[in-house]
Amino acid sequence: MKKLINAPEAVLSDALAGVAAAHPELAVDARARIITRAGGPSVGKVALISGGGSGHEPLHGGFVGPGMLHAACPGEVFTSPVPDQMLAAAQAVDGGAGVVFVVKNYTGDVLNFEMAAELAGDEGIEVATVLVDDDVAVKDSTWTAGRRGTGATVFVEKIAGALAEQGASLSEVAAMGRAVNAASRSFAVALTPCTTPAAGKPGFELAEDEMEVGVGIHGEPGRSREKLEPASAIVVRCLDAIFADQPLAAGDETIVMVNGLGGTPLIELYVAYGEVAKYFAERGVRIARNLVGNYITSLEMAGVSLTVCKADEEMLALWDAPVSTPALRWGV
Amino acid sequence: MDIPLTRTWVQAVAAAMDREKDHLTQLDSAIGDADHGVNMQRGFTAVVAALDGYEAAGVGDVLVKTGTTLISSVGGAAGPLYGTFFRATGKQLSGPTADAEQLAAAFDAGLAGVQKLGAAVPGDKTMVDALGPALAAFGAAARAGEGEAAAADKAATAAETGSQDTIPLQARKGRASYLGARSIGHQDPGATSAALIFRTLAEVLKS
Repeated sequence: MKKLINAPEAVLSDALAGVAAAHPELAVDARARIITRAGGPSVGKVALISGGGSGHEPLHGGFVGPGMLHAACPGEVFTSPVPDQMLAAAQAVDGGAGVVFVVKNYTGDVLNFEMAAELAGDEGIEVATVLVDDDVAVKDSTWTAGRRGTGATVFVEKIAGALAEQGASLSEVAAMGRAVNAASRSFAVALTPCTTPAAGKPGFELAEDEMEVGVGIHGEPGRSREKLEPASAIVVRCLDAIFADQPLAAGDETIVMVNGLGGTPLIELYVAYGEVAKYFAERGVRIARNLVGNYITSLEMAGVSLTVCKADEEMLALWDAPVSTPALRWGV
Repeated sequence: MDIPLTRTWVQAVAAAMDREKDHLTQLDSAIGDADHGVNMQRGFTAVVAALDGYEAAGVGDVLVKTGTTLISSVGGAAGPLYGTFFRATGKQLSGPTADAEQLAAAFDAGLAGVQKLGAAVPGDKTMVDALGPALAAFGAAARAGEGEAAAADKAATAAETGSQDTIPLQARKGRASYLGARSIGHQDPGATSAALIFRTLAEVLKS
């Protein structure tokens, strides 16, 4: 294992110290392990709180700031945070209008956020939960923990965060988050595995000429293992899976994210985006907004995930609303 | 079972997790995300620190404190699930001692808490596949008047068998479920750590 770290067990606390030093507009509580906006709660407004295992940066800490999250709760690498973190975050950022937990659908995250919601409720903080489960690679939900939460998390946090900023109620913000999740689908392909600092060796193995099709953001296996293909074929695979799950027709408007998993250079992501644009153009489906870059990563995994949200006018307007976070910033 | 013995058990579990960390992580890397050993070790290390100087009035206090600390320090699914097991068990044991039958009933409450939270049933390839047989064996031995040491020994053996019996199962809960049929042929790490907890109890009660 070759990593730019001091010690495996210190990665999270060292990284939090770095976030604190780099971003004075954020408040980092190293003891409670939460990242919040430096300004404190927004009185009278709903606050969005998210969290999950670390190793997916910039998710979630990179999305804390006006127009998006109020707080992020980072767990150990690929391990969900503990309820105390979400409770501390809720206490720190509740502006009196309640908090929305944005939770990616993994058993650990769901259980820890559930316990946190109970604890926050005991403290008189109203909590609504938005569960993100957009990964179409998980087919048979009856026999699994259900679809995984991946790229749509970025869309949910941006769009619901914008609505919260405008002063919408807890139920309105949560409903918008759920609507964005329901309108979004993702699919990913890995070219190399990733190594958690604690494990010291790759979570799975891929031969030089292989790719994992439908991989999860922790290196969970996908639908199949295939021989490596050109970017054009990989993009078609991903989008065929997405369109099969949520048909899109000519004239539909979308937000599309071409997301790097951590080890794929931007030039390759643009290669992929070119193929995505072609695929959409052939079908007359409009890409109204796009993101190309590393927004929800899996440590140093090489590969790409595609997320497509069928967006209505309100979602697009909220997407365009000002946002000022370390990883997303426009309109300010 | 009394308060000092309960402390000894939990401390011995911490030592066992320390010893078995790599094995648990190895099992977890086959069908999960390779962090079960690390997470359990971190959790029980925190438990030992939390119990240091903690004044317990009953056996259950030690277990509730153990559970609460696990919830606050483990993360993942194992934190809430093991935390709930110890908390729900502990809440049944208010006295300074507990006999085999009281322990059996308390453990049953612990398992009920786990199943309520995690919604796993036997055969899903989870810790329930070790805890279920363990508690059935513990209860049967306790009702037969065999005493807590014998009951714990039978429970440990049943848990070990139960954890080995997860090998041919296909996971239907947790991260391993994403593997589908590819989860077959691997022993469940959660069932394995559950067996470890009961083997440790048997050893502590024997000595």
